[in-house]
Amino acid sequence: MNKSPRYNNANMFWSTGVPPATEKAGETPALHWKPREGDRSMVSANARSARELIPPKNGSVPGGYQISTVDLYKSYRKGAVEVPVLCGLTLGVRQGEFLAVVGQSGSGKSTLLHLLGTLDAPDRGQIHYDGRRIDKLPAAARDHLRNRQFGMIFQFYHLLPELTTLENVLAPLMISHGVLSYLRHRGEHRARAEALLATVGLGHRLKHRPRELSGGEMQRAAIARALIAQPDLLLADEPTGNLDQHTGQEIIKILRTLNRQQNLTIVMVTHDRAIADQADRMVRLANGRIEARDER
Amino acid sequence: MYKLLLCWRYLRTRYIALASIVSVMLGVAVMIIVNSVMQGFTSEMQNRIHGIISDVVFEAKSLDGFPNAEWHEERIRQVVGDQIAGMTPIVSVPAMLYYQWRNTTMACQVQLVGIDEKTQSQVSDFSRYLQHAANRQAASFKLRDGGYDVRDHQAGPEAPERVQMQDAGWPHRRKMAELNAWQARMDAARRPAASSPAPPAVARSPLSQKSSAPAGKLGAGGSAPAPQVDPFAGHPVAAGSKAGSDFDPAKEQYTGVVLGIAMVSCRSSDGQEWFRALPGDDVTLATATVAQPPKLTSDKFTIVDLYESKMSEYDANFVFMPIGKLQELRCMYNPTTGVRNVNAIAIKVKPGVNIDEVRDKLQKAFDPDGYFYSVSTWRDKQGPLLAAVRMETAILNILLFLIIAVAGFGILAIFYMIVVEKTRDIGILKSLGASRSGVMGIFLSYGLSLGLVGSGVGLAAGLLFVRYINQIAKLLGWITGRPVFDPKIYYFYKIPAVVVPTTVAWIVAGALCIAVAASILPARRAAKLHPVEALRYE
Repeated sequence: MNKSPRYNNANMFWSTGVPPATEKAGETPALHWKPREGDRSMVSANARSARELIPPKNGSVPGGYQISTVDLYKSYRKGAVEVPVLCGLTLGVRQGEFLAVVGQSGSGKSTLLHLLGTLDAPDRGQIHYDGRRIDKLPAAARDHLRNRQFGMIFQFYHLLPELTTLENVLAPLMISHGVLSYLRHRGEHRARAEALLATVGLGHRLKHRPRELSGGEMQRAAIARALIAQPDLLLADEPTGNLDQHTGQEIIKILRTLNRQQNLTIVMVTHDRAIADQADRMVRLANGRIEARDER
Repeated sequence: MYKLLLCWRYLRTRYIALASIVSVMLGVAVMIIVNSVMQGFTSEMQNRIHGIISDVVFEAKSLDGFPNAEWHEERIRQVVGDQIAGMTPIVSVPAMLYYQWRNTTMACQVQLVGIDEKTQSQVSDFSRYLQHAANRQAASFKLRDGGYDVRDHQAGPEAPERVQMQDAGWPHRRKMAELNAWQARMDAARRPAASSPAPPAVARSPLSQKSSAPAGKLGAGGSAPAPQVDPFAGHPVAAGSKAGSDFDPAKEQYTGVVLGIAMVSCRSSDGQEWFRALPGDDVTLATATVAQPPKLTSDKFTIVDLYESKMSEYDANFVFMPIGKLQELRCMYNPTTGVRNVNAIAIKVKPGVNIDEVRDKLQKAFDPDGYFYSVSTWRDKQGPLLAAVRMETAILNILLFLIIAVAGFGILAIFYMIVVEKTRDIGILKSLGASRSGVMGIFLSYGLSLGLVGSGVGLAAGLLFVRYINQIAKLLGWITGRPVFDPKIYYFYKIPAVVVPTTVAWIVAGALCIAVAASILPARRAAKLHPVEALRYE
């Protein structure tokens, strides 16, 4: 998918705080690591070409993580009470890795995913993606990131009820393209969406509305939607949480295949141990931190 | 793209939004209807005023007028000759009109207008409003031998017949003369038989009795005993030029006058018109001479036609008569030179000429200080009326626009509901990378499309309503049992309606603006929604 230079301009805002590249794969990044002062201002001052700022596609920072968090803090207010959710969470995910995050309800799994997906901003700490800090990006750059680089799947599928399956899958492309450019490429977009729906086994449900689909079908449609923009990272929030075991397994199978065949990085949040076992790696979240690691 | 698609889908699936569409529609339709009807009335009225007054009126300030209209016309031609299409002299003076109806002498205050029937039609639509087809071709002050319109020629076929007009003209006059003669014979036969003659009859001098006899035959109703009702019996002028025993009302007429139709007619609620006097009946007109001190002067005239401009102000006030006769009646001439006075010269300009410019030029050329002459356009003459109508229209428009504003609040409320209902979808869109402005755009274009649909349907409904307004008025009248458009009150049988495209465009544009403005607040709220909270919303 071609990314127009217009959107690349958004990258100008990205900070270049690179997480330590010295660390070994799979190890926790050092908690004391801090980005160099003035990194952000350097970018704008040096006025590097937009080309240099584009994150390398499908290629991770050598020796580093594709997406990583450093010392994340996040709390929500419930009335007058401040409820801490994440307390100094540090985590790194490599390119092509299938990571499962498990934990009790309220352990902060979904919050972590929202922070990774730039839907929310942490109170403290940093998030890096492809070597660039993304937690303090301006809104336009975050929108761009979500649209082009991240795919998201939710427990409740979150399909738009007014649109057909095909239109739901096409929605990210409709968002990234203007009316004219979308209409110009409509044929190829459609073809790609139909192909994607066929690969997730929904080739016969193109014109159906979400309410006419079963839970498994909706989740497959959501996966197709998440993949349409050819993202580098898939964030899945309890993708099987609302499905029976059999359907859940099918969904996991799809994710697994995507991970294997396309080297797609997947971060999946789940509370189901059986589902999590199928990931490459599993971390357990408790009290707002990583409590246990299972490298396998 | 997603904005358009979603907004289209919302439009088709959110039936609650229909409520705001309907309110916008009603507002737009009502505004179009009211504006068209107001415009219809205004232009109808303007046409009539314009048609009656002519373009520019050059008049003397004094009621005595100015002498030698020909010289003035020549002067006017010298000043603005290339812009003038026609001119006619006019004598205009307040007067009293008397006529007999049943047993009574009806009197009303009129504006007596002396016109030159040959040149009058060059400057105004005077002849167009007459009731006899031949008079409309060429106005004449001779009584016609029947053939007056039984149906209002300016109205459509739905206008009710004016039954009485069937024998207007000479047939009516002959019938009345016969009736009066019979009445006179009856009176004469009864008088010697009366045991004790009434004192007034005894007191009456032979001369006055003789001269009053024909005057007594004026009565339209015919049953009135002659002597008591002639108020001018003793007046030398009132005897009239043709007064005398040799005047035969069945074969001769007095000088012709054209009466405004509203003076002698009334209309019942079913549109039927009744006339108290018809062409062929005699009337008496009294006015003042120009001499100082003014003397009362009066004469008898025969109605030769009725004048119906459908401007009640004119139809109830104007009596037209030949200018020469009026000049004689008022002694508006110099006895030694024979030069006559006129009050005004009505000027018709060529098409496309700026009448204000003509007015200013004339005023400057004749009398810059405005001591003796005043020059005014037809708009100046009816300035207050036209201004009042304009103001009424403006106020109505403001009030009606408030209706659309209310519709705007409806949109606001409904949109807030829809935004709350769509909170999750907004979160989804944001998680897919939709920007704030994009989400805002969905709701703004939703508001715009509601406005478009509402004003589109309203436009169609309004135009259809205006097109069939008379049928609708009739239907409403039939349902409610009382006429919506009472022809008793208005001179039109139909509701006049003129659709002005620019006004319609303004109304639609205003409705669209309000619809978009009302959706700004909910759209901002949608744009500000935090994606995580929106997604958590279940």
